[in-house]
Amino acid sequence: MPATPRRGRSLVTVSSVSQLSGAPILRKEDAALLSGRGRYADDLPVPAGTLHAHVIRSPHAHADIASIDASRALAQPGVWAVVTGADVKALSDPFLIALKAPVHQWSLAVERVRYVGEPVALVVADSRYVAEDAAELVRIEYAERPAVVDPLKARKSTAPLLHADTKSNEISVRQFSYGDTGAAFAAADARVRMVTDYPRLSFTPMECYVVVAQYKPTDGSYDVLANFQGPFSTHPVMAKALRVPGTKFRVRIPPDSGGSFGIKLSVFPYMVLAAIAARITGRPVKWVEDRIEHLVAASTGPNRITEIEAAITREGRILALKLDQLEDYGAYLRAPMPGPLYRMHGSVTGAYDIPNVDVTNRVVLTNKMPASLIRGFGGPQLYLAIERLVQRIACELKLDPLEIIRRNLIPTEKFPYRTAAGALYDSGDYARAIDTTVGDGRLAELKRRRDEARAAGRYYGIGFACVVEPGMSNMGYLSTLLTADARERAGPKNGAVSMATVNIDPLGAVSVTADVTVQGQGHETVLSQIVADELGLLPDDIAVTLEIDTAKDPWSIAAGTYSCRFTPGTAVAAQMAARQVRDKLAGIAAKQLNTLPDDIEFAGGAVRSRRNPDNAMPFGRVAGTAHWSPVMLPEGMAPSLRETGVWSPQELEPPTSDDRINTSLTYGFVFDMCGVEIDPSTYQVRVDRYVSMHDAGRILNPLIADGQIYGAFAQGIAAALYEEFVSDDNGNFLAGTFADYLVPTVSEIPKVELLHQETPSPLTPLGAKGLAEGNCMSVPACVANAVADALDVKDISLPITPRRIHALLEGAERPPPATAAARAPELAPAKDGRNLRGQGSFEIAASPAEVWRALLDPERLKTTIPGCHELQQTGAHDYRAQVSLGVGPVRGKFDATVSLSDLVEEQSGRIGGGLTGPLGEASGSGTLRLTPTETGTRLDYDYAVTIGGKVAAVGGRMLDGAAAIIIRQFFERLSRGLNPQVAAPGEAGPRVWLRALRAKLGGRP
Amino acid sequence: MRRVDRSQRATISITLNGRQVSAEAEPRMLLSDFLRHSLGATGTHVGCEHGVCGCCTVLIDGAAVRSCLTLAVQAEGKAVTTVESLAGADGRLNALQQAFKNNHALQCGFCTPGILMSFTDFLGRNPTPSEAEIVEVLSGHLCRCTGYAGIVAAVLEVSGSKDNAEKRSV
Repeated sequence: MPATPRRGRSLVTVSSVSQLSGAPILRKEDAALLSGRGRYADDLPVPAGTLHAHVIRSPHAHADIASIDASRALAQPGVWAVVTGADVKALSDPFLIALKAPVHQWSLAVERVRYVGEPVALVVADSRYVAEDAAELVRIEYAERPAVVDPLKARKSTAPLLHADTKSNEISVRQFSYGDTGAAFAAADARVRMVTDYPRLSFTPMECYVVVAQYKPTDGSYDVLANFQGPFSTHPVMAKALRVPGTKFRVRIPPDSGGSFGIKLSVFPYMVLAAIAARITGRPVKWVEDRIEHLVAASTGPNRITEIEAAITREGRILALKLDQLEDYGAYLRAPMPGPLYRMHGSVTGAYDIPNVDVTNRVVLTNKMPASLIRGFGGPQLYLAIERLVQRIACELKLDPLEIIRRNLIPTEKFPYRTAAGALYDSGDYARAIDTTVGDGRLAELKRRRDEARAAGRYYGIGFACVVEPGMSNMGYLSTLLTADARERAGPKNGAVSMATVNIDPLGAVSVTADVTVQGQGHETVLSQIVADELGLLPDDIAVTLEIDTAKDPWSIAAGTYSCRFTPGTAVAAQMAARQVRDKLAGIAAKQLNTLPDDIEFAGGAVRSRRNPDNAMPFGRVAGTAHWSPVMLPEGMAPSLRETGVWSPQELEPPTSDDRINTSLTYGFVFDMCGVEIDPSTYQVRVDRYVSMHDAGRILNPLIADGQIYGAFAQGIAAALYEEFVSDDNGNFLAGTFADYLVPTVSEIPKVELLHQETPSPLTPLGAKGLAEGNCMSVPACVANAVADALDVKDISLPITPRRIHALLEGAERPPPATAAARAPELAPAKDGRNLRGQGSFEIAASPAEVWRALLDPERLKTTIPGCHELQQTGAHDYRAQVSLGVGPVRGKFDATVSLSDLVEEQSGRIGGGLTGPLGEASGSGTLRLTPTETGTRLDYDYAVTIGGKVAAVGGRMLDGAAAIIIRQFFERLSRGLNPQVAAPGEAGPRVWLRALRAKLGGRP
Repeated sequence: MRRVDRSQRATISITLNGRQVSAEAEPRMLLSDFLRHSLGATGTHVGCEHGVCGCCTVLIDGAAVRSCLTLAVQAEGKAVTTVESLAGADGRLNALQQAFKNNHALQCGFCTPGILMSFTDFLGRNPTPSEAEIVEVLSGHLCRCTGYAGIVAAVLEVSGSKDNAEKRSV
């Protein structure tokens, strides 16, 4: 059931409020978006002559690219180019990364592929349909290498190295120590230790990546339109890769974007790829990602294994913490990784007053999709560890978890509070927030429900989670990754510069631009509220344009929409810009109204004297003066009415020499409480009640703030219970469709009760903090705690699926009956299995000799193999064929090789072979035995096949069925070819009779 | 039914939001691509191309369909209704659209056109649905921004079922 909006909210019409900021004003964005008049990247016009691109991707997790033959594709009409790693290496440099390590990534794989889905070639053609057709004709030969998927295995010295020049796949290890953790552990009454494992997942925006790139040969510049979200620190990374100054890499971002949640940072390698393709073809090149590509290869949050240990007193006071965080970034480290490991560094002790903490951060590479930005960004991983640990401490001490939380919370009187690792928590009243939640959220009733459920033998648990939610990242936090010496040599990095511009035209019309990228947050509305407040106007008077053009708009490396930087950052810059322009207007008006600027106020569309409101001018006329009559301006005033506010808070200092870092500017607080019940027969978790308390300082627009919280809550539930990017042990990606990767629908999202408290930030003029990520951080931990409470278990893996709960309650699943597996040929073990095994038998009304001859006859085989177009004999019993096959949503052509061996005349044989094609690969073998029966021959067969590439990602659930169907078709065709009057088994009687009749009359069966 | 060879481009004519339009298309062209790229009706969005997400939902002869699972040729001669038809000529939002705005039922707005079209079809047949029925219809759509809360509230508001729903939940 869905959540319901906050009770008792009344919609505000703008004429009724004097202070717009803080009012639940309806969104300015909505009318266009509701009418199909959004302007998303794929809706915008492209230059005449634009070509369309299709990416060919690796079916292997780890392989050398032996050869690429694009000749057949290039011979197709309408195909302009097939760009490969060699082109990319010639025309660009590897992307810069955050640490010194020989890990080189270009926009296409160069010489080696390191994850399934890695771009290997780009086909550029007149249309997307033609490009996709031509892609099937590009022949790529790979030499496979062993892949390593598990980060714990990857860091072993025996693991295959992903990047030859690194010493280990663990490319960075940093140890930090704050306070005296050793002494605290020695003095502690007890220690509590646990390991948490946060999975890979993405929040999959509904709009995929879109890029349109142009190249201007006259000055060697690139112009790229993309639904990129920032941070703009990636702009120099792209420009450097293309070997141009930033001015020759113009990025334009469309006015609307279909969601991002961090994911649309990772469009940047494709922006460079399309730019290169535009240069090669001399034409604009457009690429629109499809959903399969997005799931397989766009982006994921990193998975993290955390060993966490607390030194505690017997009352449950935490004296010290030790964390060993191992984060898996996949095949390459992309800028600005390993951000999630360091973004929360200052807050590594969460909401608790813990003076001593040791942290070890490890960056490991594996043969999986590279990890990158995602909403929550390091928070969900950290809080799963801390909040699960707090619940464990309560279990060990047989105390109420809420009691442990309360005993360790940062006391209200300690704010502003400096954490052990250097964060400056600006404001908070955590204890009051918890008290309110316990009361208004009706904890006592929740406990009654738990008692009643347990008394009736049902599984019911209560969970809590405390989260400190950072807003606006310090751009210097990532440099904590370097040693203090290395930082000193490189120079300090810090700050976060926000910019917004207010412009007033000759008629007094006000427009605003800002350094954020639109993703649906409602920035247009909030900016218009803030600026209207300053200028005495209404939101509808303010035109906000948030498309970005790096060649024309003010931006810094901090620009973009991420890490909750809008409210503490850009919103402040907009207020500053509005005040700057207001001060100018006040000066102009004061001169004309014969008063002092201090006496001027802006209200109701007029500029007037505060003391004598009748002494007034219309807003537009004051503005017109600046445009038309510079002679009337006060002495020394510059004539322009375009002001850019630049906000750079001083609290965002560089890391200190002892590695302390204030990772963000504002720190909000979230306290979640929930009750869950687990169905004893389906093992499904049902959230019975969920209460979420937020303190994000001043709220600028409650309607929009609640919208962000509802959205983050749904994503938190998704991470807790549903979504996971699964790979098998060979690195095959197994979640390539929305049927395999479970995005919750409305039916899966429980109701949530929202509570608010406002403790304004003293560090931003608006007093507002970020709030859009908190529930992504709190919900997985809170639900996990509730499930742990319900089942009385220690180790909870996310997502908490019925299968996992079944394993917790009933032990590991028993293997299937041994008959089929035992007889099937041996295969390398695969955990979740895109290894297919099967067996069966089939009766044919022909003698073993006839069947045997048919099987060895190439002409017969051609008509017997389902989907076969061509069959060539390449050896005595070796064949090469072209076949068309479909599984689930995909269908494609494959090159097949078939070899027959171990042939015992008219009795048995072995069939081996493989399939390769754009949709993936399969290889395997099987045996066939012929036994004479009364009516003909019985064929018994078994097989084992390994499948990789796209077909493994999208068809997972359907592969077994598809294999069975194809094999059945083979034998049916064989049978029909041999004996047309005999029907396939299972066909109805009359049809058999009819077919036999037709055969007698000489017709086709 | 008209037969078109696979290599042949044919002129497809449909009635789009009450207006007769036509454009050339290959037989394999999806209706979603045809609407967006051949007819310039970009209000209909494509989110997954395998029929799960519901972004591309349009009405064909009044019934909601996934335009990414429909070929353009299948719509030949039929009336196709898209999100662009909902607001008045003066841009005024219809009741369903206005309810979405009132209840903050959209953020990025990418999935919204498909949801509006599904409910346009559904509310036409069932003007006063229960909350459970609304959830049932909405479960055919994915939205990643809103957590669905505002969408259910919006449909309850527009269908006049809100008062009933509130009474029920008390």
